[in-house]
Amino acid sequence: MTMESNHHLNFLAPQPDRSWLGSWIFSTDHKRIGILYLVAISTFFLVGLCLGLLMRLELIAPGGIIMGPQTYNALFTVHGVIMIFLVVIPSIPAVFGNMILPIQLGAKDVFFPRLNLLSWWLYMFGAGVAVISLFTGGGPPDTGWTFYVPFSTMTKSNTTLSVFGVFILGFSGILTGLNFITTVHRLKPSTTPWMKLPLFTWSLYFTAWIQVLVTPILAITLLLIILERVIGLGLFDPTKGGDPLLYQHLFWIYSHPAVYIMILPAMGVISEIVPVFARKPAFGYRAIVFSGFVIATAGSMVWAHHMFVAGISDTAVMVFSFLTFVVAIPSAIKVFNWTATLYKGSIYLGPPLLYALAFIFLFSLGGLQGLILGSAGTDMHVHDTYFVVGHFHYVVFGGAIFGFFAALHYWLPKMFGRLYNYEWATAALFLKFIGFNLLYFTMLIMGVQGMPRRYYDYLPEFQNLQVISTVGSWILAAGIIMMVINLFYGMRYGEKAGDNPWGGATLEWTVSSPPPAENFEGEPVLTRSPYDFKDIKAPHAE
Amino acid sequence: MTDNLNKSYMSYVFIWIILLCLTALTVFCSTLQLGHPAIWIALTIATIKGSLVLLFFMHLKDEQSFIKYAFLVALIVLAIFIGLTFFDVLYR
Amino acid sequence: MQNDSVGSRLGMWLFLFTELMLFGGLFLLYAVYSNRYPAEFSRASKELSTIMGSLNTVVLLTSSLFVVLAVAGIRNNKPRHTVAFLLATIACAGIFLGVKSVEWSEKYHHGLFPNTPTLLAKPKGEIVFFNLYFTITGLHAIHIIIGAIVLGIITWSVYSGKTSSNDYVSLENSGLYWHLVDLIWIYIFPLFYLVVP
Repeated sequence: MTMESNHHLNFLAPQPDRSWLGSWIFSTDHKRIGILYLVAISTFFLVGLCLGLLMRLELIAPGGIIMGPQTYNALFTVHGVIMIFLVVIPSIPAVFGNMILPIQLGAKDVFFPRLNLLSWWLYMFGAGVAVISLFTGGGPPDTGWTFYVPFSTMTKSNTTLSVFGVFILGFSGILTGLNFITTVHRLKPSTTPWMKLPLFTWSLYFTAWIQVLVTPILAITLLLIILERVIGLGLFDPTKGGDPLLYQHLFWIYSHPAVYIMILPAMGVISEIVPVFARKPAFGYRAIVFSGFVIATAGSMVWAHHMFVAGISDTAVMVFSFLTFVVAIPSAIKVFNWTATLYKGSIYLGPPLLYALAFIFLFSLGGLQGLILGSAGTDMHVHDTYFVVGHFHYVVFGGAIFGFFAALHYWLPKMFGRLYNYEWATAALFLKFIGFNLLYFTMLIMGVQGMPRRYYDYLPEFQNLQVISTVGSWILAAGIIMMVINLFYGMRYGEKAGDNPWGGATLEWTVSSPPPAENFEGEPVLTRSPYDFKDIKAPHAE
Repeated sequence: MTDNLNKSYMSYVFIWIILLCLTALTVFCSTLQLGHPAIWIALTIATIKGSLVLLFFMHLKDEQSFIKYAFLVALIVLAIFIGLTFFDVLYR
Repeated sequence: MQNDSVGSRLGMWLFLFTELMLFGGLFLLYAVYSNRYPAEFSRASKELSTIMGSLNTVVLLTSSLFVVLAVAGIRNNKPRHTVAFLLATIACAGIFLGVKSVEWSEKYHHGLFPNTPTLLAKPKGEIVFFNLYFTITGLHAIHIIIGAIVLGIITWSVYSGKTSSNDYVSLENSGLYWHLVDLIWIYIFPLFYLVVP
């Protein structure tokens, strides 16, 4: 009887038989684990944001302003490590994959719930090790997030420990990926055809495959760095017959697909939001699924475009340049599909759609810059300049993180059952959008003019643009703070959201908000396609 | 029941004997001075041995076809990684 | 949910793929370096004992046989057979590690170990060969140790009746892991012990 009534409680309800803390950090409920990740990732995001702001502040004028060069080196390294490994890579899969994927699929949990909890613990452990590395040994790492040899094997900073931290984080990602693949295969209700899976589920599925197949390469590469540092192994050391370029190969064999680990889930989020807010089925559902597959495969074969000026063979430059252009095709297919979905739709410009549109704009810009970098000739000119920094922030921040923001605005009402203030959300987005472009577009210009990345100091002629960029960082940060306050306030005191505040057709909108602890009673039977909005009223349409 | 059991035991022992023979064969081949093809012969024998372990000891032949394909995918991905790297190291 | 043994095995296979890619990174290095230093690789490989290598290959193949017999035993509801076979597997793991440590310590006494003056005095290709040898066999030995521990736990679980013919997916999965470690050795053996162009 008590069991029966527990089923109907929402997953946020206190569990009287356990302590409050224990009911969270030892919970195997995928929704609670999603929230755990949300808390951890948001915290690290804010830390990384502060580091970025400090860097921008330092760059407001030439010469030293608030820190010395060694501190600056540590800052860009730690900013990169935190943002890449602790925030962007896990962001959407770990938070929204955990929260939403099982519900969208029609399952009660992921396939391996305990493994899921272990993934979170590994994430926290890896993060802890990375944080400890900042304050012990020779001080925070100063290698850049790429840990390139030979510097990473020689620097006195505490690189060994931070590399080990990243190694553990890799395990967390692998286990999450493994879990999602098994979940999709084994817990998809037998009545649901593959081609009726929501696009977000598809994107997580492909992401999980990349994670499972390439993360181990990073693991072994990092292990070799540790061995070089600890026992002087020397597999990348030319004096011992090694080849430092092979480090770069191995590193990018993981780290380029990692860009797609970051962006594919964000594309999945956008593919969910656009149809719901246009009240139209996703245009070219199959094309979107297929392009996700092509991005995952082709994206794994382009890594050496990071190495065009590193001394690889001309043949390799041509091959990888060509392959890089190939990846642009499926990415463009997605953009065309989203715009075609909007075409003649009954559009409601709610906050999630506005975030999605910001994503499409920023990601398209970032993607086009990628083509400039992907063609070997122009890459020679802008390699290792601010152009590269601007470009990957357009893709990773403007793409993946704006996708994360879009997901927050789309699914937060489902997670907490309350709505945030739409005007505030929109205003915050505009601030962020303006700040973002001031911050990073100026970097593109400086890069073309020859401002090298990772430099502590610069020539006076760059100062105007550097100042604009720094001011942009303040506007961006203000927008983010505004968003955080709005979401927090809405989560606690906002209007009740109801089960389906946007009029979505996927399964997560059929359960109550917040979802019940067991998600569904029995196995749900799919009655409609994921983007068939017939007879579903969009509350905002009235 | 016991007969069945012995039969399945014996079939595995049979595979094991083949594996041992292949090991002997590859060691024997390495003593002939075959020159450059030696490494490919050794790898071919290793692949035959590996396939036997996969198919019979790991029961891949009885697994659902998805796992079979996925295993191939993993191998192909690794082969692509190694192959594309050689576009650099061979022509440098 | 956890009674879906097909799903559990699927998860295990995915994990095995990650192991494959982990070693795959090292095999990539092997491929590149052996292509760059063919003569040095073949000279250096002569310093490894083919007899020891072959012996360990036989030991591992035999251990794989025992594992698969253990699985067959439990499928046919003969837990006692299973326990015996598993103990034999763990014994094989012990022999393997024993042989391995004899090999390593012999090399060590000849001054052949990463970053020793003797090794660094050798031609570059041979240094790379030995560095790869120690890295790959070292990583492999760690896997053997983990596998033996896991099989030890499973042995206890079968002995105490927790793993039985009704639910033996944990035995199947740890067996899969063991076979994969064997599979990787099947490639390590010719690549390091038999290189003869």
